[in-house]
Amino acid sequence: MSRVHDMGGRFGDGPVKPEPQDAPVFAEEWHARALAITLACGALGQWNIDTSRHARERLAPLDYTRFSYYEKWLAGLASLLVEKQVLSAEDLAGAAAAAGDGTGAEGVAPHPLAARALKAADVAAALAKGGPADRPSAIAPSFAPGDAVRCRRPGGNRLVEGGHTRLPTYAVGATGHILWLHGSHVLPDSAAHGLGEAPEPLYAVVFPADALWSHTEHPGDEVVLDLWQSYLEPV
Amino acid sequence: MPHDHADAPHSLLPPDPALRVKALESLLTEKGLIDPAALDEIIDTYQNRIGPANGARVVARAWSDPDFKAALLADADPVLAELGYYGRQGEHMVVVENTPEQHNMVVCTLCSCYPWPLLGIPPGWYKSDAYRSRAVREPRRVLAEFGVTLPEGTSVRVWDSTAELRYLVLPMRPKDTEGLSEDALAALVSRDSMIGTDIPEAPR
Repeated sequence: MSRVHDMGGRFGDGPVKPEPQDAPVFAEEWHARALAITLACGALGQWNIDTSRHARERLAPLDYTRFSYYEKWLAGLASLLVEKQVLSAEDLAGAAAAAGDGTGAEGVAPHPLAARALKAADVAAALAKGGPADRPSAIAPSFAPGDAVRCRRPGGNRLVEGGHTRLPTYAVGATGHILWLHGSHVLPDSAAHGLGEAPEPLYAVVFPADALWSHTEHPGDEVVLDLWQSYLEPV
Repeated sequence: MPHDHADAPHSLLPPDPALRVKALESLLTEKGLIDPAALDEIIDTYQNRIGPANGARVVARAWSDPDFKAALLADADPVLAELGYYGRQGEHMVVVENTPEQHNMVVCTLCSCYPWPLLGIPPGWYKSDAYRSRAVREPRRVLAEFGVTLPEGTSVRVWDSTAELRYLVLPMRPKDTEGLSEDALAALVSRDSMIGTDIPEAPR
């Protein structure tokens, strides 16, 4: 029931390959353009961060696996642009044809959302403003620091079949304890699907490594996850 | 219902990723939905202005000023906002301190969440499947691939960034650095040491 992006704990990926600390920020020029286009399109206001994460993670497993990081971004962006009716499939096919014969996408009519396009002069303010996720909530915290809690089983989005969630599969059913209450935050499982922000208490929950893995490296090791109240049950 | 479809929109674009970006940029520009000058500005911001030097300044100050450090560890957001380190992908910051007893290490297993205002855009390895899959299960083997071996008495706490909280590791100040200025200390703070995959060392 999990998706391919939910890879915490997976075996078989081989060694991590560190890069020099001074390696270029963008290994390829198109990486930079892909990032910038994605951020600029986000400024059109047609989706939120949870929607865009879900657009990447619901790529077909074969695509997700073969795509590099920014290819996933591009694929997610193409899905969102079409699904939110910013662009049509015909637009994309036409752009591909134009790119192929070098004519460019000329003669295209201005778009109704063009007034919202991010201008160069507004970039610094837009990036500095960010998008805080804390919200007031009517849901009172059920847990306090030190309380033992278990991640509910089954995991996965409870509102939407196959929907977005931030409870990794490796923690489903595991018992840990509350480290901190972070306040109330937008619930991604709801916000990703246009079902409202549904803010609820969010906690840092600490798990001993042996609550998660059958072979651990060291008896004192731990993993901390940020988990929403509805992901948790008392022990 | 999430849209799982075989005829994914990306498949309509050219297969070569550089051409794919070009086609999309050209179309969006023609429609007036993006401004190429704004793209240049975004790229310049993350290529030249926002990067690990910001985080290194915070670490060096925390090493030098106990009151600053205490405030940073207690509630990082107002402290960082005062320094101008706030914004996209750094709206809710938590700074976690390494000690002889506990080493901290940050990952995002579900995507690649990272504290952009303090460290910039994540390096390739941070976004790799290998790091995302293994850091939570075998942090010490991963650390060994970075050339880091922890003492037997040090436990590892791995922070999996599953919400909008972003974590910065405050490494331990290297020995024999008394008397160094904040700028000199900042030069010792590598990007990876603020993710938890490197240990700062004193200058030789």
